[in-house]
Amino acid sequence: MLTTILAQQLYLPPKASTVAPDVDALFNWILGITIFFCLLIFIGIVVFGIKYRHRRGHEGGNSPGHSTALELTWTIIPTIIVLIIFYYGFRGFLDQTVVPPNAYEIQVDSYMWGWGFIYPNGHVNPELHIPKNRPIRLVLTSRDVIHSLYIPAFRVQKMTVPGRYNRFWVEATQTGEFPILCAQYCGTSHSEMLTKAVVHEQADFAAWLEKASDLSKQPEFEKQGPAWAGAQIVKARGCLQCHSLDGSAGQGPTLKDLFGKQEVLNDGTVTVDENYISESILDPAKRVVKGFQPIMPSFRGSLKPQEIDWINWYLKSISANYKGGSPPMGAPAGGAPAGAGGGQQGTTQPILPSSPAPVQGSGTPMSNRPATPAPGGSATPATQPPGVPR
Amino acid sequence: MSELVNKQQAAVALAGDTFSEQRDPHHHPPHVAHHFESAEQQFSSAKIGMWVFLATELLMFGGLFCAYSVYRHNHPEVFEFAHTFLDKNLGAINTVILIASSFTMALGVRMAQIGNRKGLTICLILTLLGGLGFMVIKSIEYRAKYEHHLWFGAGNQYSKLYNGPRPHEGPIQQHSDTPALTHGEREQAAVAHQMAATTLPTQTFGPAFIDPNAGTGDEAKIKPNQVMPVGLAPAIMAQQAAIEHGGFKDAAGHTDSHHKIAFEDLPQSEKDRVATFFNIYFLMTGLHGLHVLIGMGLITWVMIRGMAGAFGPLYYTPVDLVGLYWHLVDLIWIFLFPLLYLIH
Amino acid sequence: MSAITPPAHGIGMPVTHDPHPPGDNYLTHGRGIMSWLFTLDHKRIGLMYMAGVLASFFVGGVFAMLLRTELLTPGPTFSSNKTAAWNFYNHAFTLHGAVMVFLFIIPAIPAILGNFILPIMLGAKDVAFPRLNLGSLWCWIGGAVFFGYVLLGGILNASFGWHLPGGYGLDTGWTFYTPYSSGQVGVGGTPYQHGTDGTIAALLGVFVLGFSSILTGVNFIATIHMLRPKGMGWFRMPLFLWALYATAVIQILATPVLAITGLLLLAERIVGVGIFDPHLGGDPVLYQHFFWFYSHPAVYIMILPAMGVISEVMSTHSRKHIFGYNFIAYSSIAIALLSFLVWGHHMFATGQSPLSNAIFSLLTFSVAVPSAIKVFNWVSTMYRGDIRFSTAMVCALSFLVLFTFGGLTGLFLGALSTDIHVTGTYFIVAHFHYVMVGSVLFAFLAGLYHWWPKMFGRMTNLFWGNVGAIVLLIGFNLTFFVQFIAGSKGMPRRYATYPTEFQSYHVISTIGAYVMAVGLFTIAFNLLHGMIKGKRAPANPWGANTLEWHCPSPPPHDNFPVEPVAGDPYDLKSWQWDEATQQWVLDEERAKTVAGTEPTTHHH
Repeated sequence: MLTTILAQQLYLPPKASTVAPDVDALFNWILGITIFFCLLIFIGIVVFGIKYRHRRGHEGGNSPGHSTALELTWTIIPTIIVLIIFYYGFRGFLDQTVVPPNAYEIQVDSYMWGWGFIYPNGHVNPELHIPKNRPIRLVLTSRDVIHSLYIPAFRVQKMTVPGRYNRFWVEATQTGEFPILCAQYCGTSHSEMLTKAVVHEQADFAAWLEKASDLSKQPEFEKQGPAWAGAQIVKARGCLQCHSLDGSAGQGPTLKDLFGKQEVLNDGTVTVDENYISESILDPAKRVVKGFQPIMPSFRGSLKPQEIDWINWYLKSISANYKGGSPPMGAPAGGAPAGAGGGQQGTTQPILPSSPAPVQGSGTPMSNRPATPAPGGSATPATQPPGVPR
Repeated sequence: MSELVNKQQAAVALAGDTFSEQRDPHHHPPHVAHHFESAEQQFSSAKIGMWVFLATELLMFGGLFCAYSVYRHNHPEVFEFAHTFLDKNLGAINTVILIASSFTMALGVRMAQIGNRKGLTICLILTLLGGLGFMVIKSIEYRAKYEHHLWFGAGNQYSKLYNGPRPHEGPIQQHSDTPALTHGEREQAAVAHQMAATTLPTQTFGPAFIDPNAGTGDEAKIKPNQVMPVGLAPAIMAQQAAIEHGGFKDAAGHTDSHHKIAFEDLPQSEKDRVATFFNIYFLMTGLHGLHVLIGMGLITWVMIRGMAGAFGPLYYTPVDLVGLYWHLVDLIWIFLFPLLYLIH
Repeated sequence: MSAITPPAHGIGMPVTHDPHPPGDNYLTHGRGIMSWLFTLDHKRIGLMYMAGVLASFFVGGVFAMLLRTELLTPGPTFSSNKTAAWNFYNHAFTLHGAVMVFLFIIPAIPAILGNFILPIMLGAKDVAFPRLNLGSLWCWIGGAVFFGYVLLGGILNASFGWHLPGGYGLDTGWTFYTPYSSGQVGVGGTPYQHGTDGTIAALLGVFVLGFSSILTGVNFIATIHMLRPKGMGWFRMPLFLWALYATAVIQILATPVLAITGLLLLAERIVGVGIFDPHLGGDPVLYQHFFWFYSHPAVYIMILPAMGVISEVMSTHSRKHIFGYNFIAYSSIAIALLSFLVWGHHMFATGQSPLSNAIFSLLTFSVAVPSAIKVFNWVSTMYRGDIRFSTAMVCALSFLVLFTFGGLTGLFLGALSTDIHVTGTYFIVAHFHYVMVGSVLFAFLAGLYHWWPKMFGRMTNLFWGNVGAIVLLIGFNLTFFVQFIAGSKGMPRRYATYPTEFQSYHVISTIGAYVMAVGLFTIAFNLLHGMIKGKRAPANPWGANTLEWHCPSPPPHDNFPVEPVAGDPYDLKSWQWDEATQQWVLDEERAKTVAGTEPTTHHH
């Protein structure tokens, strides 16, 4: 027990999955072997170094140039030890690989530099929310380069390879929040490709998914309107990895004061309006602002028109160049920005620094109860990776 | 190898020299470098070095063969479809040429050993001609591929990167979201282009694409394998037509499966990969061609030295080593030819 | 194709072997820069390599310091703009890795110490193909020029925003993983080339450096096969030669695969051939197979010669016959062969089939055994010795400590389930550096200190040498030990920024890096001082019995006027310390007896 606590404090993250105890046991076992042999060698060096050091009156003695028995001993014993380690490592790996039959499936979409976790009901969340004590099967792919989904607390990691699907499973044993990191170098913001795994109680998870799937049902939506929803989407979908809110240029143009601005393109100019924003989200490479690379992924099929409207409202709210009116508060966001009183100029109150809230779903009715996902339908990912999986 | 060494020893003995004398620095023969004790030692070292180097060459090609195997294994239909664009006849002629040149090379080594300067020169010239012939035929094949947009990379009409003009379409198509041409349409266009090429009267030597079905509204069955010199076209066209209708069967009673895969038969997921076959083809034959060129350069060098009388029974190492290299180049082609041209 | 050896003296030119004038050695044998740049003398080629390789080591070290400094805090350090700072970090760690691996560690021991020592150890006048050797040097220089171009491009781009064609900066990681490096990554069907243009120049550099490595390998194999002297059967060869032989086997078998992989990636990058890029129908994991088929054996190209150096140094400075000669020799060959079968262990998390994973894991463990044998044998060599703590010995003992620890941590990575947890984290970084830097660098330094008197005819200062080595050892452990902990706690590698909980590890690590720099500068000054001002070295300052100590320090141009006869290379008892002359003297009678005890299997 003490060693477990020590291990977690000193050199291992918290244990939060069913495979973690086995992995940790093997880890500690190998650690023991490592320490034993290191000490053996270190002590050997120190003792011999002192005892047989050159000094006045000391002469080197004679000893056999080899000893087959001795050498066979230190050939055979390490061989046995590594075979044992291999066996347990392999067994642990099989435990991580063979998916239990009743697993709940979540698709994982990865891109430079963000994650999308796609639930059986079509809800896409930038965080991995899972119920406790329920095997979860994750099917991973990537839209661009290779990433790696790494959840230290679960002791699992798998690369997301474009053009193919990888999979693994995990069963959380603790509720709470655990970091998820990208562990395969993928470019400029590799180190910011972070998110977290949130483990709910089984009952809470169902409620969470239902709620998360509909942004317009969030209480903040009532209070702050569609601009708030747009802000959530912008944040959740990783837009901010490339587009800043403070006016500085990142991999893409800043979002601050963007709406209504006159932008210079590689060929020509454009006044940023609803049409340009929508086009830039759906066909990012079509008209690229001068000085930037066409590297933005398309969100066609992954953002709904209504959500793009919300993003528009959000961009209006943070743009000094926008002179129009503010959106209808709490309206079910029909998307029509229409009149709705012109008094208020886009909220100066920053919406984004509020606590993260998931996104999506809008109109999608909750057809599946989360605890009982549709058995077959979930095998198709919402986003098709480039190339074809084999 | 040991046989050669023995011969050399015999030759040395004939020359009135002995190994013990050679060890004496004052009797160091001029062709033995200062750090070797004897001609024998130097010759064996060079041989070992060359064999080791040839091993590295094999491994370098091994990487390409490995890439080939992986794709062939994963996408057999693609390879079966795409290889029919290659001209088996030209490939076969090249194989014969290279084997013949390997023979003249081996003969050249023998000439060097017996000190026949004239024979050596003739053999090496013949070998050079073989290499030249190979490269000429290869360039004819390449040219045809280039002209028919079956080039590598973006120059291949099956590549996603292909941006070039579509035959008879004129404007350059941006191959992005919604390509103006489907693969099928592109294929038709390409075939039409091939047809146009065959009718060019100036093209008397180069190969051309002839399709018996073109214009019959039966494009779905269009096969790209009819690559042949124009002069032979009518006869072979008739033969192809016969095969087309199941007239030609092999001994086992199967129709020639060669002609049974069409682009449209490929699964959608495989269509994008047709270009990969050509890329592998160009990488393999290109790297091989580069080796042929290097080999020709080396043969020229050895020939010039040989004409100056540098080689004889006592010293013919360079001829021998260049010979080994040339045989390797030959050997690699003997693997390339069936793997690329003769797939079933 | 220069494997053909034309007569070195030209046809008909008289060859004379005048006895060397007194004081003439390889350093004074010819004068002028040309006599160095185009020398055929293996010793000078070794020194030329040394100049270049150590310069690369310095450049790689500067990048190491820069990236450690960036990591001192989670925030951006070298630029207030995050994107710029992250890009800077990514370029820095890539160039650190690429320069250190391709320009420093791979050639360090074989090309410098191997070139210099191997022929003398064989009692030969030169390697089998001196011109190939020079060619190999110039290939190395050519490769270094390509990397210089990448570096220059990066600097120009950062400073003035210029773009050198094909080479501004490199941010792919030294592994050049596709599809990131192939640059055809298109999202939504739009191919684009991102800022990793340097891939082209760097790959050309790697390709050319590969030739350098191959030529060295070909040369060493032919030399060891053909130029062994009388009395030196295969099992009378010094273990350093066994190690170089095993290394050469890997060099010639693995490097061509790297060359072709580089060509494929270049073709992918330049014309988009679609072999690795999934967007074009390729398979990015195939690249990893190709790359690691070379790069795993490549780590043995680095460590095997290091092990050879350690065998020499441990035996000589313990004044003991090496323990278990045959096991050490066989284990070198075993490692060379097994190294080709384990590349898949770099891909446990890529989605390889569980069966492949299991096979690669098992084979990986099988490589651990020969390494363990060597360590036990080295320690046993000290038993009942008369140990001198020369700087070479201090470095060799540091090697033993670091290699033992680094090697054992490999067990975590070979075992499948624990590897899944730590792969791609700082645990890997730490393991790799313990084995590659800790071990190889210390073995390289041990070799330099051991053979420095032979190379320059002067001794190094013992005190400052040992101080430098110990400071380096401390700095090294500070830097990398904490990285094991950070890694097993879940800190991924190649992160320009990190969660604040990891900062304490990074701070210690960065401090350690500075300490390492101090140690390395001490060693550099110590070596330079020794080279210029050191005490004159006798022919055999350590009383060692391998053949290089039978010729003067520094050696004459042709090494040995008369081919020497080899005895047991580890018969250190043949050399006795003579108080009167303060030198090691050879007990001729004993040496002859020992030489005669083993039947020679010489080729003559």
